[in-house]
Amino acid sequence: MPGDSSAGGRLNVLWLQSGGCGGCSMSLLGSKAGDLHRTLAGAGVELLWHPSLSEASGAEALEVWRACADGRTRLDVLCLEGAVLRGPAGTGRFHLAAGTGEPMMAWVRRLAARARQVVAVGTCAAFGGMSSGGGNPADACGLQYEGDAPGGLLGAEWRAPDGLPVVNVAGCPPHPDWMVETLVALGMGALGPADLDRLGRPRAYADQLVHHGCPRNEYYEFKASAHRPSDLGCLMENMGCKATQAHADCNTRLWNGSGSCLRGGFACIDCTAPGFEEPGHPFAATPKVAGIPIALPIDMPKAWFVALAALSKSATPRRVRENAVADHPLVPPGIRTAGRK
Amino acid sequence: MKRVVVGPFNRVEGDLEVTLDVEGGAVRAARVCSPMYRGFEQLLAGKTPLDALTIVPRVCGICSVAQSAAAARALASAMGLEAPANGRLASDLVRAAESAADHLTHFYLFFMPDFAREAYARRPWFDAVQARFQAVRGSAAAEALEARARLLDLMGLLAGKWPHTLALQPGGTSRAVLPHEKLQLLLTLRAFRAFLERTLYGDALERVAALDDAAALAAWRDARPAGASDFAAFLRVADDLGLERYGRAHDAFMSVGAYGPDGAPWLAPGVYDGALHPLDPASIDEDVSHAWLADDVPRHPAQGVTRPAPDKPGAYTWCKAPRLGGRVVEVGALARQVVAGHPLARDLVARGGGNVLSRVAGRLLELARLVPEMERWVAALAPGEPFCADGALPDEASGVGLVEAARGGLGHWLEVRGGRIHGYQIIAPTTWNFSPRDAGGQPGPLEQALTGLPVGDGEAAVLVQHVVRSFDPCMVCTVH
Repeated sequence: MPGDSSAGGRLNVLWLQSGGCGGCSMSLLGSKAGDLHRTLAGAGVELLWHPSLSEASGAEALEVWRACADGRTRLDVLCLEGAVLRGPAGTGRFHLAAGTGEPMMAWVRRLAARARQVVAVGTCAAFGGMSSGGGNPADACGLQYEGDAPGGLLGAEWRAPDGLPVVNVAGCPPHPDWMVETLVALGMGALGPADLDRLGRPRAYADQLVHHGCPRNEYYEFKASAHRPSDLGCLMENMGCKATQAHADCNTRLWNGSGSCLRGGFACIDCTAPGFEEPGHPFAATPKVAGIPIALPIDMPKAWFVALAALSKSATPRRVRENAVADHPLVPPGIRTAGRK
Repeated sequence: MKRVVVGPFNRVEGDLEVTLDVEGGAVRAARVCSPMYRGFEQLLAGKTPLDALTIVPRVCGICSVAQSAAAARALASAMGLEAPANGRLASDLVRAAESAADHLTHFYLFFMPDFAREAYARRPWFDAVQARFQAVRGSAAAEALEARARLLDLMGLLAGKWPHTLALQPGGTSRAVLPHEKLQLLLTLRAFRAFLERTLYGDALERVAALDDAAALAAWRDARPAGASDFAAFLRVADDLGLERYGRAHDAFMSVGAYGPDGAPWLAPGVYDGALHPLDPASIDEDVSHAWLADDVPRHPAQGVTRPAPDKPGAYTWCKAPRLGGRVVEVGALARQVVAGHPLARDLVARGGGNVLSRVAGRLLELARLVPEMERWVAALAPGEPFCADGALPDEASGVGLVEAARGGLGHWLEVRGGRIHGYQIIAPTTWNFSPRDAGGQPGPLEQALTGLPVGDGEAAVLVQHVVRSFDPCMVCTVH
């Protein structure tokens, strides 16, 4: 059978879904890395089973799970998409794995004990995500975190045989490249502890800020701000945008061709971060004290921000000021009429 | 009598389990279980109403835009706000792109691979179908995924990203289109049309959309050489296996109407059961007699509550049982086309009701009709004119958002008190189609569609898979 432990040289991946929306898999299918199946196969990734892609259903699918759980099939990577649902009252019955009568939580625990690596796909599996918002009715948590607190299903101390913690490909959803590149890197043995940030996220994308490459940067420079959805201005001052604090390369590695949240006209909600689901304020509004946003760009002293903002606002060109509150550019950049010097 | 539990079903969205009571080689009764509960309706309570725009897309990763659209519409109705024409067109385009991608994903990745299974190894068409449609290994998956990814470029431009955009707002969309971007949208649609015409249909979309009865469809199928049309390949398989004989439910079809201005949508709303009736959303209620949820009586969703009761005796799913005036109705692309009056959809239903063949054909008929419509919507975009209207939400308000998602009618019912969400109820398409029994014992559409089905080894066993997947279920939506 595929993934037999005699196969060797392959990365056997089992992909399960629990308390999430399936959006990570749907995002993965939008990969522009050519033929997704061939890309993964070329990196040695053998998908033993994936709920959206594989042929096997019912008893055949369960046989794949069981063979991994009892060691008959080598399990290199367990991917979980969606949060672990522990409720009600710690029983895990809010998600009984279909056809088994057993909580998915128990399957995940059992399979993680056999896996050489565990990958949390998306913010739900990493930190709890939207499934743990509100009063967290299903008692959702991540594989190794509950929000930003280490713990989760597997516990803070859990490590893979080679020392890696759970790899948190956080994002709601993650960009297809983040998932493909993580699996390919694991297939090549090229992902070590130093390649993950403090929250277990691959630094390949998490060492950048969403702010980098934002096409609204000129508006940001002058604090020329949007007031309504569809305005072109900077979304930070009024619209809740967290791009200056959010770890991801969304504006340099675009989505679906030419997109990103900010290019789509709406705020970054920092969906790669633990706790993004409960910002403590309305998502699309910026909390302020005395007119100053309380969450300022990461690494920036508040006094400097306030001083620079006051200065740049007073220096805003008319073009930037007027375009910031329009839904398409009203004033084009000027053209120099004097001769070149 | 033997009881068989089937699950997990893969190549559906989310987790699904079906229990079959089998006697004499046929299903006597089926019980459909949605085995996962997250509690979105609960976690929305107490939030700022506009936060619904961020939260509800995450009910579902496969139809997140439809969830966005329903929330935006519920908020717009609470605000008394109407989107400008551009905003409506852009929002329709984003929603249609999601539906088109869904229909494609369903056909190529979810549904067709079952015909490449060993159970059919003796059929004359098997080798060709296996080479083309086998899961992961077949030649079609790569082509379909590439066409789908290219189509979703439309999302990047109009919605920032997919899934989970925030571009759909109560007043329209947050992303205005510039003149050169309008051309990019047209080119994206043209590339998608080229894939459909070359590969899926092997014919012009307009000619597929013009097929007006089962005989015309059969003649069209026979005129396509082998290998020239994936749709024709399906129709040949369906003919050989007699798929029009399997998976019939109650044959009452509901659509809430789709695309275009309120009051005059492109696909009209209604209920069709051999005759067309107007849709009365006030007659919807949800029964929880067989769900792990506490309540006493069926309630209209505006008064609905969601309280888990995991130990409730007699319950077997987290899914509520929505009913329309007490009736079980089926929703989806076939229902939409039947209600809107497309002659081919009406003829297929007149012959065999909703079944495995007519549901899949209904989906591909819709796709052929949708893309030319999308081209017209792009052409109607007016750069320079507004895309989003402004409004304020009263502290006390209620709103309803009814939209057609790929899988059928989706409803959001919102109640705002003291500036916060007091009540939020969602009825998703699969909640209708995969509903359990109600207090009167009426089985839901899939439960009915499985009843009487021959089951056994080989081809008979895989029939269950065809029937289930003919509905293209989305389980994460079902119980949210």
